Amino acid sequence: MQVQITVNKKPRTDEVEPRQLLVHYLRDTAGLKATNVGCDTTSCGACTVLLDGVSVKSCTVLTAQADGGTVVTVEGLGGTADGGQMHPVQSAFREEHGLQCGFCTPGMVMASVGLLSENPNPTEHEVREGLEGNYCRCTGYHNILRAVLLAAQSPDAGKPEAQVSA
Amino acid sequence: MIPAPFDYVRATSAEHILELMAQHGDEAKLLAGGHSLLPMMKVRLASPTVLIDIASVPELSYVKVDGDDLVIGATTSHATVANSDLIQADAPLLSYAAAQIGDPQIRHRGTIGGSLAHSDPAADLPMTLVALDGTFELLGPSGTRSVKAEDFFIGYFETALEHDEIISAVRVPRRPGVGWGYEKFTRRANDWAIVGIATVAGRVAMANMGSIPARPVATEQALAGGQGIAEAAALAADGIEPAGDMHATTAYRQHLARVLTRRALETAASRNQA
Amino acid sequence: MSILGTRVVRNEDPELLTKGGTYTDDLIDERLDGAAHLIFVRSPVAHARILSIDTSEALKLPGVVAVYTAADVDLPIINPPMPMFNQDMTQTPLASDKVRYVGEPVAIVVCDDPYIREDAAELVEVEYDILPAVIGMPNAAKDEVLLWESVGTNTVVDFGTPDDLDPNLFDDCEVVVSHLIQNQRIHPAPMESRSGAASWPEGERLTAWIPSQGAQGAKAALAAQLGIDAAEVHVLTPDVGGAFGARFGADVEMVLTAWVAGKLHRPMRWSETRYENLLAMTHGRAQEQRVTIGGSRDGNMKKYRLEVLADCGAYPKIGGILPSLTRLMTPGTYVFDKAESIAKAVVTNTTPIGAYRGAGRPEATAAIERAVDIFAAEIGMDPADVRRKNLVPKFTEPHLTAFGALYDSGDYETALNKALEAANYEDLRKEQQLRRERGDAKQLGIGMSSYVEITGAGSESGDPNENATVEVHPDGTVTILTGTSPHGQGHATAWAMMASDTLGIGIDKITVIHGDTDLIPKGGGTGGSRSLQQGGMAVQKASIELVDIARTRAAELLEANEADLQFNIDDSGFSVAGVPSSTVTLAKLAEKERLFINAVFAAPGATFPFGAHLAVVEVDVETGKATLERIFCVDDAGVVMNPLLFDGQRHGGIAQGAAQAFLEEFIYDEDGNPLTASFADYPFLSATEVPSFDLVSMVTPTTYNPMGVKGVGEAGTIGATPAVQNAVVDAVSHLGVRHIDMPTSPRVVWEAIEAARSNSNSNGKVA
Repeated sequence: MQVQITVNKKPRTDEVEPRQLLVHYLRDTAGLKATNVGCDTTSCGACTVLLDGVSVKSCTVLTAQADGGTVVTVEGLGGTADGGQMHPVQSAFREEHGLQCGFCTPGMVMASVGLLSENPNPTEHEVREGLEGNYCRCTGYHNILRAVLLAAQSPDAGKPEAQVSA
Repeated sequence: MIPAPFDYVRATSAEHILELMAQHGDEAKLLAGGHSLLPMMKVRLASPTVLIDIASVPELSYVKVDGDDLVIGATTSHATVANSDLIQADAPLLSYAAAQIGDPQIRHRGTIGGSLAHSDPAADLPMTLVALDGTFELLGPSGTRSVKAEDFFIGYFETALEHDEIISAVRVPRRPGVGWGYEKFTRRANDWAIVGIATVAGRVAMANMGSIPARPVATEQALAGGQGIAEAAALAADGIEPAGDMHATTAYRQHLARVLTRRALETAASRNQA
Repeated sequence: MSILGTRVVRNEDPELLTKGGTYTDDLIDERLDGAAHLIFVRSPVAHARILSIDTSEALKLPGVVAVYTAADVDLPIINPPMPMFNQDMTQTPLASDKVRYVGEPVAIVVCDDPYIREDAAELVEVEYDILPAVIGMPNAAKDEVLLWESVGTNTVVDFGTPDDLDPNLFDDCEVVVSHLIQNQRIHPAPMESRSGAASWPEGERLTAWIPSQGAQGAKAALAAQLGIDAAEVHVLTPDVGGAFGARFGADVEMVLTAWVAGKLHRPMRWSETRYENLLAMTHGRAQEQRVTIGGSRDGNMKKYRLEVLADCGAYPKIGGILPSLTRLMTPGTYVFDKAESIAKAVVTNTTPIGAYRGAGRPEATAAIERAVDIFAAEIGMDPADVRRKNLVPKFTEPHLTAFGALYDSGDYETALNKALEAANYEDLRKEQQLRRERGDAKQLGIGMSSYVEITGAGSESGDPNENATVEVHPDGTVTILTGTSPHGQGHATAWAMMASDTLGIGIDKITVIHGDTDLIPKGGGTGGSRSLQQGGMAVQKASIELVDIARTRAAELLEANEADLQFNIDDSGFSVAGVPSSTVTLAKLAEKERLFINAVFAAPGATFPFGAHLAVVEVDVETGKATLERIFCVDDAGVVMNPLLFDGQRHGGIAQGAAQAFLEEFIYDEDGNPLTASFADYPFLSATEVPSFDLVSMVTPTTYNPMGVKGVGEAGTIGATPAVQNAVVDAVSHLGVRHIDMPTSPRVVWEAIEAARSNSNSNGKVA
């Protein structure tokens, strides 16, 4: 079947199998390899992207369901794809050492952007609850929490297109 | 993990859904958020050959007031239910319960109708709708019929839905200011309830205490008869024999039911402004 | 000012944050163009004879390239990896006559399109004759049902026997307490499941991409299991999404991926589902321990005995050797008149056991720290006081234990006191007393651990050494080749800091390369918390030697005596004393002739970091649910080279350690069916189950390397687990509870409370 999806601001038209999962569309059809599959069971959140502005687990969404929609992955955050700066959430994850092996990171960052879009000034507790669907084995979440709280100091950290100043 | 192959068709109206269901019969499954169905398809516990996507049918997604009731369209997402001002004011138990489902990503995709039609006794919404004394509107070829929540759930993943029917809406009584309590006992925040309790206005329903949301009749009768919360809650597991699993034995579930019922009733009493 | 010891953010991060890492499944490489995709048909039963395998239906599916079973695979038998193991417990890469655990590979299906892999695997029909499963170490030790009938026993190895135990050990003890303790099976659960890729064109060498903790070890294992010369193998390590001890060597799936690539002369890719990962990546821990401790009522601990029964799973792997490490660390941080330990390792019909963060040492600490608390409870003494009374006093010269461990430096009492002070221990005890008196539903538990562990015991090849090559290029950039194998630890930053500090070149100009066996033939990989103290030290040593070489060349160039040359860190160059205009940079020197050196740093031995953790939990005594409120951690791993990375390692370990104490367990039913084979069922810790961690610093340098560093990667899983477990028990100790096995899940805690209540009721006491 044919789908039309805007991925990281670029409209695409692709022929896909009805059973294709959105995460495989992003990785294999669109060639965006940052979004990872961590668990297959909608548990770990490594595959989190923004679909029509809200965070979703792309391993549990069919490409077909996203037909006509807009997707943002970590590659499309901030301005680095066009030579610009990192998004405030990306920058804060680096500053606070909110990542180690990096495998959960694209999903964790997208979930954080989604969280901040809905709640720009979360408390510690709200950050923890807001990321309950994203697993990390390396950091114990300590620095992820700090990173999200740091990013929240940027007023537009909930907007995918936001960039830190150079 | 990838589902077995299937055909995908997107419905454009409620009428279209019924047509597609008639056309494809038992081979078809309805897809709304897909957060109950797709996980089962990925592990191949379900392999429908046609998926009818009802998520973009406009007349199935809404929250509105209808006299003494709130009416919620079947494909309204958990996030919308959780954040709706109308529901928070008139049926706060429902918005709270919706906010306890899964995690934010799941709440963005999962729908109220999908969760109820899935009929998982450990889930948040079935017990909540039973406690709320909700009513489901079931749309079929011969029109719409209403079924009480407590009559809707028949067994594990089994409901009163006929094969050619869909849930079109969920109706709950408006009860602003009436105290309510909700206890979801889990090991981790995003787990299914080991035992869950929802209570409002003297009705109590329990998650994961059997194949359908359980009603502790003895507790409700004791409350109606004027007994105190502690006495009534002590009866919460009477006649209820939940199965054991790796998280809980039958006896432990029964014990949790008593403790959590007491806590939920205490919370409800403290919140009551009616 | 030296960059060493300062907080430096990572060089790795911009790419990981904006493009994502390049994990094996993400590889785009022309050598893999046109690759086919493998899937393994795995045993759904724990113990069975294979009667027949029918691959015909799978072969009919369009897009299926080939299907292989054990009959097709002409590879060497896999022998148990340690000479002291029972050598008859052999394995074939694909199960041949028998399957021995759920998840064991039985057949390979090769497909053009990854989307049909699962469709095809479902079509392979295997007929099994089901045998009784051996589940549980005591059952295995009975030898009633055998995994290898011809071997005659399920025992893999004995480290001492009951005859070695002193029957009179506890004769002089006023008080003797004993308890059976479970150190449960857990899954390493890196976020990236396993995968692999291979290219093996006819007449050429094999190139294999293996996400591992050490390409060189993976290469050796791969060559051995393929039965070919190691020179025929080139191993590359893509980015690795976590390992935690479970990614050393080459798993059979990777060997078979390479084998199929060679058989079909077509590139192959393999990646597993999380379900497969939970079944077939090695598990960790899985010990049953009997601790017995004796002493006097004034709190003097005199004797200690640890008897270990360890599960190897279905095939003896590294897990079989770990009880010897547990044994080595038997007495922990304490002085005993005598301590003794024996261990036995057995096979069961479960997933094989391998290393998991700490690997044998956490099990030792968990045992002794529980034993101390049980002893303290028996004599009615504060567990902090009992510990203080019995700790090995501060030492600066190496301390040799009766078990042969040579602790390099330590000050255990200071570590414990720092943890107690940070937590305001006395106040916590007062708060606990208040809650007990009020009969609150939420009771407070305070638990502590004192630990010492082993880091940098050796590389995979044995000796505690590592090599590094450092090269300065004419453009002023630097390349470092390291034999370590980072997968989250930050070596690209840390090794750049080491070189930068000596060479005077900014870390943004330094590239660190690892995991390519052609470029870096030797290396011990990353594991056992060895990397900084050996690999980092090798980078520093190479950098220093590089400056020495450069000095000789600069002397020639500047026509000066070497002794008159000064190396200036600020501009990365030499100048002649007294002649300010006469200078040359390292980059300039590299223009004439390549400027590089390989150096090996050899440590005199392992180092023994130590510390103390104090956990504060709340236990809801009505439901049994325990919640971790605070955890105060003193982790002394010597000098700190980058506090950001150092603390990051602690955080992750603390979380994993706490998760073992109160959440995680990989569970089998009595037939060997796994009950926790998805992340929906395996209780992976989320952000909502842990607090932020309170880290307390303490630095006791080692003399074993110039910087004074030890390893910190495993501190958290060693210190936190017993602290949290002790805290949960402590929260309900006033109800008569003396011990609760891990994981201290709500049901287990509630049942312990109920048992204690009915026990004290039957004794005529008031609960």
